[in-house]
Amino acid sequence: MPAVAQSTGVVTRSRRTLAIREAIWFYIFISPWLVGFLLFTAGPIVASGALSFTHNDPVNWPPKWVGMANYDLMWKDPLFWRSLNTTFYYTFFSVPLSVAFATVIALLLNEKLPLISVWRTLYYLPAIISGVPVAVMWWLMFNSSFGLINGTLWDISKLFVGDDNAIIGPRWFSDPPWVLPAFIVMSLWAFGGPMLIYLAAIQGVPTHLYESAQLDGANVIQQVWHITIPSITPVIFFNGIMAIIGSFQVFTNAYVITQGGPNYASYFFVLHIYNNAFTYIANMGYADALSWVLFIVMLVFTYIAFRSSAAWVHYETEVAR
Amino acid sequence: MATASVARTRNDVSFLSRQSVRTRIWTTFVLVIVGIGALALMLPVWFMFITSLKPAGVAVAGYPIKWFPWTTEMGLGPLATFVPVQPLWANYVEAHVFMKWLTVYRNTIVVSTVTAIGDVVSAVFVAYGFARFRAPMRNFMFTCLLATLMIPFAVRLVPEYLGFARLGLVNTFAPLMLPGWLGAAFFIFLLRQFFTTIPMAMDEAAIIDGAGPLRVLWQVLVPQIRPALIVVAISGFTYNWNDFLRPLLYLNSADMRTAAVALSYFNAMYGGTPFHLMMAGALVMLIPVLGLFFALQRYYIQGVVISGVKG
Repeated sequence: MPAVAQSTGVVTRSRRTLAIREAIWFYIFISPWLVGFLLFTAGPIVASGALSFTHNDPVNWPPKWVGMANYDLMWKDPLFWRSLNTTFYYTFFSVPLSVAFATVIALLLNEKLPLISVWRTLYYLPAIISGVPVAVMWWLMFNSSFGLINGTLWDISKLFVGDDNAIIGPRWFSDPPWVLPAFIVMSLWAFGGPMLIYLAAIQGVPTHLYESAQLDGANVIQQVWHITIPSITPVIFFNGIMAIIGSFQVFTNAYVITQGGPNYASYFFVLHIYNNAFTYIANMGYADALSWVLFIVMLVFTYIAFRSSAAWVHYETEVAR
Repeated sequence: MATASVARTRNDVSFLSRQSVRTRIWTTFVLVIVGIGALALMLPVWFMFITSLKPAGVAVAGYPIKWFPWTTEMGLGPLATFVPVQPLWANYVEAHVFMKWLTVYRNTIVVSTVTAIGDVVSAVFVAYGFARFRAPMRNFMFTCLLATLMIPFAVRLVPEYLGFARLGLVNTFAPLMLPGWLGAAFFIFLLRQFFTTIPMAMDEAAIIDGAGPLRVLWQVLVPQIRPALIVVAISGFTYNWNDFLRPLLYLNSADMRTAAVALSYFNAMYGGTPFHLMMAGALVMLIPVLGLFFALQRYYIQGVVISGVKG
């Protein structure tokens, strides 16, 4: 009897030391991320929340407490509303269009075609090139007097209506109503990432659903509409949320091509943050307040994304052992 | 009864053969659409290429578009399309001299490589911690990690800048490289997903043989996720190669510039925008990224799919 009691005591104690040792290893391994998280993510976000109630710039340190002044300023700042409006307008068109575009292409590339891997690679290619090279590419493409878009419009229309009536395209980047449509078209080009994800989701749809639909006489379009699309809606929804988050971050294209012009027609929200923080530098506190507004908008979307992901993501079963 | 069943069988057969003809028509139809689409996607790059070889005046000469760089429209009327001239490869030299290519590409390569190495090393360790060790607060930490994944860079821009400015690290490469060495959330998540696909039994066998955690990581797990490490390395490299906003922000002096920033300066310097030079610079900047992608595309696409569907 005493021997048994003693041995269970040993087991629990050694189990406890093992658990402690395991926890120590856990924290040793994640420490780089933990430091980075506190230093570059959590810390800065909390700090800028506090600084958004101050007037500060890099020269005049320490910051001066001004209460809600920066948020009051935002309320009265026409450029704040202008940039918010621009960003929402862009999001409203670019997100549904790019989601639809990526889904349709994923459906097409799911067909059994000859050379399918070549086609998939070609369609994925635009997604891996980004940044300034792509910005200057679009700058050229949409140039109103020698760009490819207007050139093609002119070349093709001239075949039908003659040289005199050929279509002269819009002055995309210098005409306020046309500048955002140009940006929306640009956003459709880099659909490769979402497309691959849709493709994987489409291939995960159980084949017996299609088989029974074929027995019932459903054609291809009906099968896509009633089986494929409903099966992948969670993935579409999740990617839509990610696309919304991405569309709030448009910067490089706008900064390189239009600098927000003409007449603030392409003045995206991040440009407003950038200008207030690093161009005018009169009041970084205002830029902090703008960042926080963006953060809250993002939190709302992230929350929605998390709630929606619960339906198909299985972290718990994977982690538990 | 018997006739009915025979009739149905015959019907099924004819239905099947019709189906296969229909399938072939459908495949051809899809193939045509896919082909036209692929052509349309590649056209902008071809247009960049032909523009990069044109003389300054001709690059901005308007319509009709000349589809091949070795034709000219200068003073030859309708014959012009067929008269070959030398494409101006000198544009590439001029563009790169202007960009101070030795300096900017050295900077870009240093930043991208050092960060890519940091991304891999830190993500391996952190992902291993999350995948294999139980600890209090682990789930909370993991939720924080996933949350950072969704916080866009734009939100952290100003606060992060203030932090680096306080530390006196503006106009050094540290603000670009340090975050990578401290674990990028996306790569940690990606590698953790890969680690969880490896059965625990393999770790346990090694532990019974007396291996410590580092040895298990290095000799059991890392060899099995080599494709994922390649994905992290290319993605980290590509991201920093293309990154514009942070180099623009943190690197003020001309000798610290990266290629992306240098490319954006053409506009300011030449008065009119020199599109032929800009395209030459842009195309060269695309080459390493495309090269890496083609060399390692198998792993790359696998990585995107695994991270995307599970996340």
